[in-house]
Amino acid sequence: MARKSTTQSKIVWTVIAWVVALVIFFPILYAVITSFKTEPEAIDGFSLIPSGTFENYITVQTQRDYFKPFTNSVILSIGSTILALIFAIPAAWAMAFAPTRRTKDILMWMLSTKMMPAVAVLLPIYILFRNFGLLDTRIGLTIMLTLINLPIVVWMLYTYFREIPGEILEAARMDGANLWKEIVYVLTPMAVPGIASTLLLNIILAWNEAFWTIQLSTTNAAPLTAFIASFSSPQGLFWAKLSAASTMAIAPILILGWFSQKQLVRGLTFGAVK
Amino acid sequence: MATQNTKTLARLMMAPSVIALLVWMVIPLSMTLYYSFQNYNLLTPQNVSFGGFFNYQYFYTDPAFFTAIWNTLILVVGVLAITVIGGIAIGLLLDQPIFGQGIVRILVISPFFVMPPVAALIWKNMIMHPSYGVLADIAKFFGLQPVDWFAQYPLFSVIVIVAWQWLPFATLILLTALQSLDGEQKEAAEMDGANFVNRFIYLTLPHLSRAITVVILIQTIFLLGIYAEILVTTNGGPGYASTNLTFLIYRTARLGYDVGGGAAGGIIAVVLANIVAIFLMRAVGKNLDK
Repeated sequence: MARKSTTQSKIVWTVIAWVVALVIFFPILYAVITSFKTEPEAIDGFSLIPSGTFENYITVQTQRDYFKPFTNSVILSIGSTILALIFAIPAAWAMAFAPTRRTKDILMWMLSTKMMPAVAVLLPIYILFRNFGLLDTRIGLTIMLTLINLPIVVWMLYTYFREIPGEILEAARMDGANLWKEIVYVLTPMAVPGIASTLLLNIILAWNEAFWTIQLSTTNAAPLTAFIASFSSPQGLFWAKLSAASTMAIAPILILGWFSQKQLVRGLTFGAVK
Repeated sequence: MATQNTKTLARLMMAPSVIALLVWMVIPLSMTLYYSFQNYNLLTPQNVSFGGFFNYQYFYTDPAFFTAIWNTLILVVGVLAITVIGGIAIGLLLDQPIFGQGIVRILVISPFFVMPPVAALIWKNMIMHPSYGVLADIAKFFGLQPVDWFAQYPLFSVIVIVAWQWLPFATLILLTALQSLDGEQKEAAEMDGANFVNRFIYLTLPHLSRAITVVILIQTIFLLGIYAEILVTTNGGPGYASTNLTFLIYRTARLGYDVGGGAAGGIIAVVLANIVAIFLMRAVGKNLDK
């Protein structure tokens, strides 16, 4: 009897969980469905069955040059992530393996820069960017995204590096490994998973950053966030096209995101929840 | 333990990051502080003069300021309430043995990866639109008058969108914490005859308290800066009904070209964010000591 009730309760919980999950996922699903509808269909009442046209995807590309903001998003998110890693890997390394009394203070201070409200420095940054000719350039936005995500990258790497046991280095040294061998054969293989996780999460964060990218770009360097935001004014009936653009904007990162659930928890809580 | 050599090396390795962040923090912030005491409008850049506390006074006496502060508070508290309560509920649900758990999890966390402008536009056009949205379709189906969400309940609509984006984050963190709850403890409590409610109050909730604190603090940092969702849906309106502090400063600075006023608002935002930050640093710092 006990067994039967567990199976029963499992079915009940399954049904509830699936209903909740589908309700939460519904707006995304509906946008994807709408992207395969024609424009008249898109506003013609509720329907989950599109006529299956690819017209919108083609129109978004031919009329609005979708490929350009997409390329910008790819360049900005990957570029800023790699730049941040170049800065952060040595720093996190030093903090994890040669900690001093001040290491903790430096880490906390880095975290505190993340808490500075972006809008508080909007004008200085805007004026600096204008004076240095960085407005609406990929270089300017890459620098910006690097700086705002650097604290998270350092923190995340630090929490990973800290878990590499120091004894293993001593053991390697006893076996006669020199510093170079130590780095190549012992430390790097142990650090790679942490670096990969950090890379993944940071690309997601940079891809979706929607304050600085909108403020500091107009056309040339505008990534998808700014591109989609430019659709906000009502320009007649364009929902199917908007849905197509939206689907393409979120699909790559959604798929990356599904693989990064664990890293997300760790990275965004600064290691406080694992 | 560390020799002088490794210490020097460690400093050199940290230097690029520390210097980059120091420059990034000190220069713009001191500029903001400086501008906040200047009468400086980008439309009349030749007339820059020392303004004392005029900008602060201007911000403080602007009725929109208190509306914005109030809206910021409602937005943050509203989203926190929905995401924390919803996150615990969904976390408990996903912690049950269910069929297709992996897929359910993926569906639930997906909204977090949707960029803010897309999330806001999907909700604005396809869900909450008064004539073509799904909610309007549902209302019509039941013979009711569809609600014009963004005109009648602008702030509430923004709260719904933002809560939808952050619910996955809260769920994921609370679920991670739930899964680390000792199974033996749960069983022991069950054996002792504790029912679900008692187990939840005396065992689960205390275990979650730390994760809940982290969720609240981190979300607050991000929620204070909500911008894109307001920009593409209500643009702060009608009037100032959905303008938060971030959006008010953006309006003053970028749309009003008022550098001094925007800077004073920025300094006020920094002070408010710092109050939150102090609590967050304590919570995270405690973990570091362990």
